[in-house]
Amino acid sequence: MTKSELITLLAERFPQLVVKDAELSVKAILDAMGDNLAKGERIEIRGFGSFSLNYRPPRLGRNPKTGSKVQVPEKHVPHFKAGKELRDRVDSATAN
Amino acid sequence: MTLTKADLADLLFEQVGLNKREAKDMVEAFFEEVRVALEVGDSVKLSGFGNFELRKKSERPGRNPKTGEEIPITARCVVTFHASQKLKSKVEENYATK
Repeated sequence: MTKSELITLLAERFPQLVVKDAELSVKAILDAMGDNLAKGERIEIRGFGSFSLNYRPPRLGRNPKTGSKVQVPEKHVPHFKAGKELRDRVDSATAN
Repeated sequence: MTLTKADLADLLFEQVGLNKREAKDMVEAFFEEVRVALEVGDSVKLSGFGNFELRKKSERPGRNPKTGEEIPITARCVVTFHASQKLKSKVEENYATK
């Protein structure tokens, strides 16, 4: 499923709204989630899951092409943990 | 502050102009559609944000951490999330400026 398919599905669920509203809603939700993560703040969606940042300490890496050592700086990467409802639904649906 | 569904609904009310009821329902429907897609085995690709994918895990030995008793962890399907390059660099940039 892509973003535009999601917009279509949501527009169908809300016949009283115009498609543009569904589109703006999806954009607003994703932007808010992205901005919040970028600020280093968590997202917690009950029944779906939570997003947070994981810390990666600085390390000595290698340039795979030349083999020379390079210092890789510390960084934070987004992390998602599925919530109970999502976990259970995905697992039971695929078990059958 | 942790972002919740209530915060997202407030944003839809303020930014998109949905009424409070619609805003709440829209947020709920958004995550429900993603759940349904994953449930039927479809991956979800939200460009600019990231992809949700399904991963099959085969059975592996586990242990009850309390009792130390060995019990198999059954084969299962789990959801993984891969942030898009755009989201990753956004996180990096904001952290670098802090």
